[in-house]
Amino acid sequence: MKLIIAYIQPHKLKDVKLSLYKAEVFKVSVTNSLGCGQQKGYHESYRGVPIEVNLLKKVRLEIAVNEGFVEKTINAIIEGARTGQIGDGKIFVVDLPECIRIRTGERGGEAIG
Amino acid sequence: MKVSVRKLICCAFFLTIPACLCFAQDSAAVPKADTGDTAWILMSAALVMLMTPGLAFFYGGLVRRKNYLSVLMQCFIALAVLSIHWVIIGYSISFAPGNGFIGGLQWFGLKGVSLEPYSDYGATIPHQAFMIFQAMFAIITPALIIGAFAERMKFSAYLVFILLWATFIYDPMAHWVWGTGGWLRNMGVLDFAGGTVVHINAGIAALVAALVIGRRSCYDKYAIAPHNLPFSVLGAALLWFGWFGFNAGSALGANGIAVNAFVVTNTAGAAAALTWAVIDWKLNGNPTMLGTISGAIAGLAAITPAAGYVGIWSALIIGITASIFCFIAVSYIKRAFNYDDSLDAFGVHGISGFWGTIAAGLFASKAINPLGADGLFAGNPKQLYIQLIAVAATFGYALIGTYIIFKIVDVFIGVRATHENETIGLDLSEHNERAYTMLE
Repeated sequence: MKLIIAYIQPHKLKDVKLSLYKAEVFKVSVTNSLGCGQQKGYHESYRGVPIEVNLLKKVRLEIAVNEGFVEKTINAIIEGARTGQIGDGKIFVVDLPECIRIRTGERGGEAIG
Repeated sequence: MKVSVRKLICCAFFLTIPACLCFAQDSAAVPKADTGDTAWILMSAALVMLMTPGLAFFYGGLVRRKNYLSVLMQCFIALAVLSIHWVIIGYSISFAPGNGFIGGLQWFGLKGVSLEPYSDYGATIPHQAFMIFQAMFAIITPALIIGAFAERMKFSAYLVFILLWATFIYDPMAHWVWGTGGWLRNMGVLDFAGGTVVHINAGIAALVAALVIGRRSCYDKYAIAPHNLPFSVLGAALLWFGWFGFNAGSALGANGIAVNAFVVTNTAGAAAALTWAVIDWKLNGNPTMLGTISGAIAGLAAITPAAGYVGIWSALIIGITASIFCFIAVSYIKRAFNYDDSLDAFGVHGISGFWGTIAAGLFASKAINPLGADGLFAGNPKQLYIQLIAVAATFGYALIGTYIIFKIVDVFIGVRATHENETIGLDLSEHNERAYTMLE
């Protein structure tokens, strides 16, 4: 089992949801997040005083999948989020030792699926 | 002798009274401002001023959070830019005596627009009170168009557009309907507070703008949801509140006609709000807040041209039907033709303006306002004919004029923000600010 964590541009969320849906990945958690990477932020101004903002709005996705779904999920996220510009985001894949469905007490791959 | 002197003084005193009375009558013949009327018109001007920030919140709540400030800014800057435009040149083009189509330049910079009444524009209020009341109409009308191109228009292009539009579309149209010698006014059109000049005019301009600028980039992919409906409700409430100044103030006096306009405005707004909620409930399963405020705006806009000429039963009918027509326009027509009138400036204001102006020709009655006219149902079909001419003329002029202006601005400046800026959001790309922060 793997946990796939992706940071994407907020305005690409709907596209990513669509491509995940097409890849039959229906379970996902989404949170707003702030972060900085290669984009290095932008300038805002408040009453003429420039403020450098280096934390940009991103959306964080978390998807727990069984092994067979890892590549499919990664490809779906890339398909939906990629524009080719700096700031498209990153995907992290980490090992997931256990998963439990609270309602039934199922464990492992069954609980994910 | 003493007695006779006193008699003489008494006689002199009593003789002066009729003399004074005569003098008083003479001065009454010269138009003199009435304090009550003047107070009400100043108050009404302030109420109508509040409608533009109200509109900003109404529209602002409906856009995505990344474009919220851009909409507020477009509305607020209209207050600034068009106020100046109005006192320098706009009022003169609209209301100075000219020909049937446009006023003159003799009132440039308010030259000759005095603090005494001007009998053609409210015989009991100072001329400048009428001027500043009308200024607020000239500000909100271009601002209404924002709903059509929200979330994708370049700010610089917007500024040039509203200035040109106010000068070449709004001002002449105001002259046609309300100005001395205006051809629609001379024909006897009934437009109490701006069904043609404000609502049809802005509605058609909105439709043209939406068609020329094109759909928002993700419009075809998924529905774009409002980011903060409570702000829209606040905005709608401010609009309703301000509409009392808009309509009842258009009586140009604190009198019975103003009271009638106030009552029917409230009645039509209420009927329309309720109607839209019921339609939502029946067709979509739930009465929605957005539907209810959309209905209120539709009803208030529809009663605008008729407010001084109809009673409450007519107001109820006008309000109910306004919601039905606007619902059809927003839910079916817009979808069928697939244009992105983002916040339904045409679907609500334009359609209501059409319906209200025609309704004035149907329901108007001299029993309500002896200075008005009878409509079709009071046995005067000619009035309906006049209303239809006014509707057609406004439609044609706004359609062609707005198209030309919008195209010119597009050629010289470019109306549309770049795809990248549209994606980032106009708050950051056009104004370098954000409406909301995530961390302090």
